[in-house]
Parts: sequence; structure tokens; C-alpha cells
Amino acid sequence: MAVTTHDQQHGLTAHSHGAGAPSAPVSSRADHFTSFDVNAFEVPGGREEIWRFTPMKRLANLHNGAEATAAAKIDVNAPEGVKVETAAKGDERLGTAGTPGDRIAAQAWTSFTEATVVTLPKDTKVGPTTVTVTGPGKGEVAYGHLHVKAERFAEAVVVVDHRGSGAYADNVEFVVEDGAHLTVVAIQDWADDAVHVSSHHAKLGRDATLKHTVITLGGDLVRLTPVVTYTGRGGDAELLGLYFADAGQHLEHRTFVDHAVSNCRSNVVYKGALQGDGAHTVWIGDVLIRAVAEGTETFELNRNLVLTDGARADSVPNLEIETGEIEGAGHASATGRFDDEQLFYLQARGIPEEQARRLVVRGFFHEILLKIDVPEVRERLEAAIEAELEAVGA
Amino acid sequence: MATLEIKDLHVSVNTDETAKEILKGVDLTIKSGETHAIMGPNGSGKSTLSYAIAGHPKYEVTSGSVLLDGEDVLEMSVDERARAGLFLAMQYPVEVPGVSMSNFLRTAATAVRGEAPNLRHWVKEVKGAMADLDIDPAFAERSVNEGFSGGEKKRHEILQLGLLKPKIAILDETDSGLDVDALRVVSEGVNRYKASGDAGIMLITHYTRILKYIQPDFVHVFANGRIVESGGRELADVLEAEGYVKYGKQEAASTS
Repeated sequence: MAVTTHDQQHGLTAHSHGAGAPSAPVSSRADHFTSFDVNAFEVPGGREEIWRFTPMKRLANLHNGAEATAAAKIDVNAPEGVKVETAAKGDERLGTAGTPGDRIAAQAWTSFTEATVVTLPKDTKVGPTTVTVTGPGKGEVAYGHLHVKAERFAEAVVVVDHRGSGAYADNVEFVVEDGAHLTVVAIQDWADDAVHVSSHHAKLGRDATLKHTVITLGGDLVRLTPVVTYTGRGGDAELLGLYFADAGQHLEHRTFVDHAVSNCRSNVVYKGALQGDGAHTVWIGDVLIRAVAEGTETFELNRNLVLTDGARADSVPNLEIETGEIEGAGHASATGRFDDEQLFYLQARGIPEEQARRLVVRGFFHEILLKIDVPEVRERLEAAIEAELEAVGA
Repeated sequence: MATLEIKDLHVSVNTDETAKEILKGVDLTIKSGETHAIMGPNGSGKSTLSYAIAGHPKYEVTSGSVLLDGEDVLEMSVDERARAGLFLAMQYPVEVPGVSMSNFLRTAATAVRGEAPNLRHWVKEVKGAMADLDIDPAFAERSVNEGFSGGEKKRHEILQLGLLKPKIAILDETDSGLDVDALRVVSEGVNRYKASGDAGIMLITHYTRILKYIQPDFVHVFANGRIVESGGRELADVLEAEGYVKYGKQEAASTS
């Protein structure tokens, strides 16, 4: 069995497996309950394992039967050849990529009225499709559903750009058929009041590749749950994330990669920065390698950069391995302030302290930003992060 | 012509609660053109000496002085020391993710030289310096030291030495972890630096093997936080044969 746990970088604190909470999962991720029926889930109180980090009072009752009062505005800008439709409830394509795994996802499934369906044509390479989701407005509640399908051997990029105000819960599906290459960039650039709870369900066919990048910058509370499943061998999922929490923001990302098919690969890299009082980030990285999933290769990493006092980052990698016949599996997690050793090294080469700090902090984000291969999106995010850093004088 | 004067230097390392004295009165003067080998058993304080001179925050100078051409080094910040002409080639170079080697080198050269190097000359200069050290040009676009092997890290330390051309260079166990080929390449790099001008070198090492490539003018034996014996090249030969037994440690100084 090739299990590796990587050391964290010198100068950062050790694994913070959930800051004082028990680190061992209560039960196997394999037992995780899923259902399309909202009533099959009890209203969570906040002590449940999957809710224990979330400030329930700030959820705008999405978890407790809040009714839709408005709708989010969905604009799709797609190149020629990409099919964009709206689908009514009951359309058989919906719900094929995955089943809701918590009450809010089930509520969104129950409560949405109209789904957006984007179909990326087979055997074709197309330019970026942008889905802009504008929140329902301050004090309003909306539910939504987005279904993206990359047909066999399609090669496509989909940007899902969230903006605006209000409370919004949705399910987003990515069906990546055999041999398709799908790149997803999901941007949460909400206004300060926004509450967004979103489940992403990705289903990868044989030799399918998904590069899923999540960038979360704005919103009062954002909770995003990307789940990846495989239906054929050779599936390859790269889950990248970047988040920046300011004072009072709660940004939570819960990735789950379910290896139930042999010879698939996954790589999860989430990096975050925090600044200001009450800034709180949560990263839960579940990976399950089931007994049948021989030849699996997986790695997950989370790093958090705490820029000021009063911020808190929780980081919990959970790796469950039920077979010894794997290529490799590992995880790493580290949370800390500026790395003093990095600063010392740069300064020891004559670089003034301020400049050395800038290099270290920008380098931290650069690693993920470099991997966003949609130039206009990358530039916008670089500028957004630069503005965040300048605000704190970093 | 530069002079580094270390006088009665006492240094403590600050751990969580207690401070432990590591250096117990070091006296050493290094002038341009001189190569001083500092040899000693593990734990004798050799690395502490190098870090204290470079200004690592973990080490606290409790008394004594370090002067570079009469200027008080201990009053300077880490980066001021480097700009004043001190360089520390580290035993364990630090990884800096997301910062490319080329950006790092150029930023450092700009800081040390006081102006941004002419881009065209600079590219040529770096290319040549990398070729001299058998470094693949692809390394320029990789993050600083990230994922480098031990030998690759040491080559890059010497690359920086050659580009920044300090007055006084401290090489902290640059030979550790190098195979024979890498040791030769790295030593040649040090010798080129030495030949290029008025360089003074403090060469810290546990083993004598690097002294086959880099000729020391002086050899000092370091034990228990101070220099206990000084001599010429011949002292290294004694250590080669006898190890550090005489200084209270059952450790060999030869690698064979």
C-alpha cells in the first residue's frame, strides 16, 4: 500500500484537524445519506458532523424550509454549437450526475422551478461558455438548478459566475461523458449580504477529465460542496480552490471524491487566505477509495494563510482507503501566518522585508491562479486578489 | 578590500520558553582573498554562527560584535546585511512556492546592486551562470527551490553567490548531501567566485572532502561553541586522520 503523508512546510503549524474537534470521521463516508426528498433529511441543528462548522443562524433558513420569494437571474453567453435550454422539473436529464447529500441541496432540488441545461457538443472543441447567476436581491430567497453536460470527446470551458445579493441554494451538475475534457471555473463574487449554499455533482465517464476550479471571494456565508464520482476507468478530476475571507465572512468548501471505479485519479488543491475579525474558512476534504477502486491515485492539499489576528481556518482532510492495491494516496494540510523561513530566505538575498512579504503572499495565490486557463477570468481574479491584499497592506 | 570581524560573539537560541547559549565567545577575522574553513563535529555551533551573522530571528546575540568594514552588522536588518555584502549559502535552502527562480534572482540582484540589471545583459548573465553549474534552463521558471533535489538546491545557492558577488560569503555545509560530480561542480562555482574579485569565504563543513576542491588558507576547529584551534591547511589533514576525538566527539572528519 502506498500511502504517503507529506510534511507541511517548515515554519507552519501542524495539522489542524478541525481545531480541537475529534479528527476521526464518526462513520465511513460510504454511509453518507443522500436523497432527492427534502423530508428525508431532518432539519439540522448545527451539531451534526456535516454542519458543525456552519453558522446555522446565518443560513437565511435555507436549511429549515425557507420558501422561494424570488428567482435568480441566469444569463448564458455561449459560443456557437453549444446548446442552451431551460428545462422544467421532471426533465429526465436532471439529477443524473448525483443525488443531494444534505438538506439544503434536497430543498433546492424540491424548490427550483426552472433548470438551465447547457450541452457541449461531442467531438468538438468550443470556447468558454459563461453562466452568470445574479442573486435574487437583498432579503430574498431563491433556488436554482444548472445542468452541464460535456458529450463524448467534447473539449470545453464553462465559467459559472455568481454575483449579487440574497440567499441562493442550488445544485450544479457536470456530466462529463467518455473522453470529454471539461474545465469549470466557479466564481463566488457575491455582495456582502449574500448567502450561497451550493452542491456540485460531477460524474466522470471513461477517460473523462474534469478540471474544476472554485474561487470564493464575496458573500456573508458561502458553503460549497463539490462531489466527484466516476463511472468508467481512466477518469481524472482536478479540484482546485482559492478563497479569501475578510472580517465576518464564513467561506466553507467541502470536497468529496468517491473512488468507486478502478484506475482513476484525483488531485485536490485548495488554498485560502484570511484577514480580519471573525473571518472563518472551512475546508473538509473527503476522499474515499472503495475496495473495488484498485489503481487509484489521489492527493489532496489545503493551505491557509492567516494574515491578521481574529481569523480562523479549519482544515480537515479525511482519507479512507479500503484497498491496498492503489497507485498512491496522500494528504497535506497546513495553516499559518507568513512563513518566517521564506521571509528570511528572501531577505538574506537582499530583498527588503516589505517586498519579500509581497512575493511570498502573491506566490501563495499564484500557484492556483496560474492554472486558470481562461485569461480574462484569471486577470479579473488577479486584480480582485490584489485589491484584497492592498486593503490589508500585505 | 573587505574585512569581517567577529569579536567575542555569544549567541543563544530561543526555543519556546528557554534560551540556550550555543556560541560562547567566537573570535574570527576574515579578509578579502582569504578562505577560512570552519570544521567541527555536529552540534558544535557552526551553523548557529552562520545564521547569527546573517541575522536569523531565532538566534539572539547576547554579547560581542560583528563588524563588516567597521560597520556594525548586528544593527542591520537581514536584508541590509545582504546589501552590505554578506551572503549565506544555506545548508537547507527554503522553498518559496509560486515565486519563480527568475523573478527571485532578478529581484535579489536589483536589491543588492541598487538598480535593476539591464534586461538583455541579465538574461545572458543568468544563462551563462546556470550553464556553468550544469543547471537546466527550465529551472528558471520553477518556483524557488520547490521540489528541487538536495543537489539542485545547493547548485542554486552557488548560482546566487555568483550573481550577487558578496564581499564575504558564508557557505554552510554546502558540501553536505552532494555526490562527487555535484561536489566538483559546486566547488568550481565557489572557486570562480573567489577568482572573480576580492572575495572572503567562510567555509563551514563537517568533512574534509570539499577541501580537496577548495583550498583553505586557514582551518579552524570549532567545538562547544567556540574556535578551539586554528592553523593552516595541515590542520585539516590532522582532522582527516584523527577525526574529532581530541575535541571530545567520536566523529570522523573523513568520509571514507
